[in-house]
Amino acid sequence: MSAPLLTVTDLTVAFRSDEGMVTAVDRVSFAVAPGEVLGIVGESGSGKSVSALAVMGLLDKAASRVSGEILFEGENLLALSEKRMRTIRGRRIGMIFQEPMTSLNPVFSIGDQIVETIVHHERLGRQAARERAVAMLDKVGIPSARRRLDDYPHQLSGGMRQRVMIAMALACSPKLLLADEPTTALDVTIQAQLLDLLRDLQAELGMAVVVITHNMGVIAEFADRVSVFYAGRVAETAPAEALFDRPSHPYTRGLLASTPEMAEETDRLRTIPGTLPSLAKPPPGCRFAPRCDWAVALCDARRPPLEMVGEGHASACLRAAEVAGGTVA
Amino acid sequence: MSAREPLLSVTGLTKHFPVREGLVVEREVGRVRAVDDVSFTIGHGETLGLVGESGCGKSTTGRLVLRLIEATGGSVSFEGRDVLALPPAELRALRGAMQIVFQDPYGALDPRMTVEDIITEPLAIQGGHSGPQLAQEARRLLDVVGLASAHARRYPHEFSGGQRQRIGIARAIAPKPKFIVCDEAVSALDVSVQAQIVNLLQDLQQEMGLSYLFIAHDLAVVKHISDRVAVMYLGHVVEIAGKRDLYADPRHPYTQALLDAVPVRHPRLRRKRARLTGEIPSPLDPPPGCRFHRRCPLAQAVCSAERPLLREILPGHQVACHFAETTGKSPVTGPKP
Repeated sequence: MSAPLLTVTDLTVAFRSDEGMVTAVDRVSFAVAPGEVLGIVGESGSGKSVSALAVMGLLDKAASRVSGEILFEGENLLALSEKRMRTIRGRRIGMIFQEPMTSLNPVFSIGDQIVETIVHHERLGRQAARERAVAMLDKVGIPSARRRLDDYPHQLSGGMRQRVMIAMALACSPKLLLADEPTTALDVTIQAQLLDLLRDLQAELGMAVVVITHNMGVIAEFADRVSVFYAGRVAETAPAEALFDRPSHPYTRGLLASTPEMAEETDRLRTIPGTLPSLAKPPPGCRFAPRCDWAVALCDARRPPLEMVGEGHASACLRAAEVAGGTVA
Repeated sequence: MSAREPLLSVTGLTKHFPVREGLVVEREVGRVRAVDDVSFTIGHGETLGLVGESGCGKSTTGRLVLRLIEATGGSVSFEGRDVLALPPAELRALRGAMQIVFQDPYGALDPRMTVEDIITEPLAIQGGHSGPQLAQEARRLLDVVGLASAHARRYPHEFSGGQRQRIGIARAIAPKPKFIVCDEAVSALDVSVQAQIVNLLQDLQQEMGLSYLFIAHDLAVVKHISDRVAVMYLGHVVEIAGKRDLYADPRHPYTQALLDAVPVRHPRLRRKRARLTGEIPSPLDPPPGCRFHRRCPLAQAVCSAERPLLREILPGHQVACHFAETTGKSPVTGPKP
């Protein structure tokens, strides 16, 4: 791997809540190389979206406490002023969210919103920015782009709105795109169109992408490497093919087995018993231990470190080698 | 399905929503053809999956079958009774036999009622149960759906999404129904919890001999749980078949596109695919003839002129496409059935 574009080290995010401080992200580390697609997969409460917001500097500073290091092109984003951060956000790091309707401003035309992004970041006249906006809308597959420029968000379908979001995120040619559940709200045929589009654009522009999803299918379609998040920690990280071939953390195995697409045709789906632990009072050692078929006494004693189990493949499980072998506990 | 009469027979079911304009004098300016001439049957103990994308009319179909909204036309026969023509008193009596589980268990549960009151409400409305009987029944139902009986006195907000869906299921099975419409019942749940709820629904089906109309947009979940599957597009059913036939040999070009859009199971299976272009047209002004023809790679002149009716091209496999004989893996030969 070439020098990473983004290196997140020991990122910790805690929120104040009625139950005291809740550690939503607990010493999480991951890295993205230039031009690489990193998938972050996890269920609700895994900390995947909070991690993305931390990278963008979008967490409410009054309500949260963030520590660790986020190195982007050699700069620690956590140490930057808000003013400096604004020159990075939108220009060098683009972002798209699950809900394009809430991320687009309903009272401005989509053209104005893309132009504003471009003019904010680059020394470019409005007319030139408008031309760039047309080119971007065209690139993301919006038919008769020039005419659609004056449309308002409500005039577009969900799939078209997400294309506009992508056009806006890519308008300043960022090095990194953070895509948080970019296709979750969309129908399956529209999801397929958008994943194709993102993959084509990523290859064409050579940008790195962090795609955050709960959907193993999106990972299988799009990611080069994967980090599996569980309860605010990284459970496993691997090249995409290795993750599907040799899942080495019981949670990853459970996730794959309970996904109907991934499971073999059976009468019953495999399930993961129980539910996510409370992040205000997490289990003492491995956070997955209370739900884990493989758990032994030692799992409750301390946090299992991420240890290498293969080329670029690490698992935070004391029994990773056995789990990868697949013999049932 | 046995030779017995099906439990549920839906014929020509239609729902048009009028679109009105005008502040003082309202007039109808159009009709949304949400569900148009839909027919299917569901046997005893059978699960029919109903799939399609947003706006195809699948959820409206589920509500029409239960008569939660009134149909514009068509008929629904449940155990030989004409549901759409029943007078209110008889309809109420039938409600216990036909239940529904919704997508959003939080929105569907009254936040001010205890779990016990929520799940026994259908029984309380039916009458004939004492307070202690209801309390005992609540505990039994909680046990059946995998919740602790200690939960009976709690309120919906104290539960996780998966647990709330268990409460919704407990309420649905309380009046001992024969038929349940599951409307995106597992769609909002995390995958590990979704699997738990799917298994629970299958267990209950075994124990109680239930029939399901399982409405969902997730083709993999539908494949797992269904015996047969119906595909809807823009208010029409375009294909119905046993699940193996539908997934292995889809005949309608829309079904083919839908299945092709499902993400691959493994990164090594990635491939370039011919994607469906465009988006679903407005049901306010659906295309003439076959509603799919403007997006269909196989469309001919006849497709914009004539609506293809649902017809059986192989045993148990119905398709609404003029060219269904030649769209599959192997052409169907011989006289048309």
